[in-house]
Amino acid sequence: MSERVSAALLIVGASFMLLASLGMLRLPDLFMRLQAATKASTLGVACLLLGAAFHFQDLAVTTRAVLVIAFFVLTAPVGAHMIARAAYAVGVPLWEGTITDELYERRRAAKQPAPDGPAEGPVPPPEAGDTPGHGRRCRC
Amino acid sequence: MSFENLSMTDVAVGLALAMVGLALFLTFVRLVWGPTLPDRVVALDLMGVLAVGMIAAYAVAMDQPVLLDPATVLALVGFLGTVAFARYLERRGRDE
Repeated sequence: MSERVSAALLIVGASFMLLASLGMLRLPDLFMRLQAATKASTLGVACLLLGAAFHFQDLAVTTRAVLVIAFFVLTAPVGAHMIARAAYAVGVPLWEGTITDELYERRRAAKQPAPDGPAEGPVPPPEAGDTPGHGRRCRC
Repeated sequence: MSFENLSMTDVAVGLALAMVGLALFLTFVRLVWGPTLPDRVVALDLMGVLAVGMIAAYAVAMDQPVLLDPATVLALVGFLGTVAFARYLERRGRDE
C-alpha cells in the first residue's frame, strides 16, 4: 500500500516540476514565469519529499521531509516577491497583452502635484517605473 | 539487463528522475536564453528547487535516506542565493 502511495506521489511531484519548467520556458513575461516557477515547483518538491518519506517509513526521514516542505512553503513566496519587486524597479517590461498595471497607476497618483498651484522646481528625471507596463526598457 | 523483476517503486523513480531531468534541461534553456538578468535569476532559483526534488527522488532510487540531508542544505542555500540576487538587482538599478 505505502509502495503505491510513494510511487504515485513521486510521479505526481515530477509532473508538477515538469509543468513548472514548461511554464518557465513558454510563458511570455517574467512575472508570469515567476508565478509558474514558484507555485508549481513548491507543490512538486513537496510531493517528491512526501514520496520519499512514504518510501522510507522512518521518523527521522519524515521529520526532515516535513521540515524542508515547511521551509519551502515559507520562503518561496518571499523570494518570488523580492525578485518581482526588484525586476519591476529595474524596469523589466510586461507582456504586451497586459491590460492593467496597478502599481504604475498608484505611483503616478502619488506623484501628482498639489492642487493649489503648479509644482515648483525642476521636473524630476523619469525613473524606470515611470513608464507603464509594456512600454518600458530594462536597465539591466 | 532484464525488466521482469522491477518493482513499482523502481519504475516510478525512474520515470520521476527522467521527468525532473527534462525539467532541468528546459529550465536551463531559459537560463541561457534570458533575455534579461532577472529572468536568469528566476531560472536559477527554479533549478535549485528542481535539484532538491531530484535529490529526493535519487535518495529513493538508491535507498539511502542520508541523501536527504544535502537536499535540506541546498534548499537553505538556494533561498539565500535568491535573496542576495534580488537585493543586488534592486541596488544596482537604483545606483545607475
